[in-house]
Amino acid sequence: MARTETWRVAFLLVPLLAGAAAFAVDAPTNEVKIENFTFAPEAITVLAGTKVTWVNRDDIPHTVTAQDHSFRSKALDTNDSFSFTFEKPGEYAYFCSIHPKMVGKIIVKAP
Amino acid sequence: MNGSDHGEPLQDDDDGVSRRGFLRCMTWAGTGVLWMANDGLPRSVGLSSALAATAPKPTGLTFLQISDSHIGFDRPPNTDVLATLREAVAKIKTLPVKPSFMIHTGDISHLSKEKEFDDANQLIREVGLPVFYVPGEHDVLDDEQGKLYRDRYGKGTKGAGWYSFDQHGIHFIGLVNVVDLKAGGLGNLGEEQLKWLEDDVRGLSASTPIVVFAHIPLWSLYPEWGWGTDDGARALSFLKRFGSVTVLNGHIHQIMQKVEGNVAFHTARATAFPQPAPGTAPGPGPMQVPAGELRKYLGVAHVNFVPGNKHLAIIDTPLA
Repeated sequence: MARTETWRVAFLLVPLLAGAAAFAVDAPTNEVKIENFTFAPEAITVLAGTKVTWVNRDDIPHTVTAQDHSFRSKALDTNDSFSFTFEKPGEYAYFCSIHPKMVGKIIVKAP
Repeated sequence: MNGSDHGEPLQDDDDGVSRRGFLRCMTWAGTGVLWMANDGLPRSVGLSSALAATAPKPTGLTFLQISDSHIGFDRPPNTDVLATLREAVAKIKTLPVKPSFMIHTGDISHLSKEKEFDDANQLIREVGLPVFYVPGEHDVLDDEQGKLYRDRYGKGTKGAGWYSFDQHGIHFIGLVNVVDLKAGGLGNLGEEQLKWLEDDVRGLSASTPIVVFAHIPLWSLYPEWGWGTDDGARALSFLKRFGSVTVLNGHIHQIMQKVEGNVAFHTARATAFPQPAPGTAPGPGPMQVPAGELRKYLGVAHVNFVPGNKHLAIIDTPLA
């Protein structure tokens, strides 16, 4: 279903020739799965203004905590999610403050 | 390194370590570990053994360790962690010799909620023993990173909740290695606590038996899963001169033991759910076991050589 929707959006936007507009029309979901005590994918690249969502699929709570403290989730129980919109380009390293071996990175590019 | 169902002595009789009358593991029963100190030297015995006639007769201090109750956890393999804690409590109450006190090595709660702490306390209180706690990482998940825990359990403690006390000539030290964890790292004690520890033991004679308890193992048990403490070795360096050091941890929901020099390390089983042996699963989450098997991993029905299946049955019976 997701694939169908992507195609539809792409089709509509082709005549506009404006990639950035795609985000205004239908902001892409950027999801990081928390599973088996890892962030997957461990690193993702997004454009500034993108909302990234983490979903905990483990039976154990985790957190999403920026190393520079620019964002920090509460403890996410199973199937809880946390979202943060990255406005500024840069590299955002984060970890699980309960299981600090779990680390990940969001790379934010200028649109 | 693994615990065994039968009492295989650790370092029994062939080197200098054991001649110090070191720690010997008789058997383990998961719900709790009964510690006995004869002549000031701790030894441990599993609850089912302690309940049986084969238990060594304690002549000195006895105390009990429970760990990882995870009250609030409600998923397979244990959707009723209160029930298994209740069974552990019932079992403790039937011990023929009443222990002097109990220690809880953390993860009392699953999500640091008031109700979870309340529920745990209500059950644990039934044992009728003083309980000494240290927090697990699940007990410091509130917005203020452990304030709830400290308000409840932290009276008379320092920093994030560390403290020491003396009983029967043994010096007990409760450490906190679950706060202010660093990205990419393991458990963490931190400078302030390390300095306190160094001062705390400075005046003690080297013959004083030391018992250290903390949630995350103080030694590098399996760092790939975060099972270790980054500055644990520094803490242990302050204890090098002591003839008997026993380190009791939880966190990994299974028994692991190691003897290194004068230091004996032990981890206790949980009362909530088992975790896989190091490296045997994609991650250290709860280990799924058949419903009928769960209590074997928690130890309530761990009855290998105890002629006391009936003890377990009695323990499951609510007290009058």
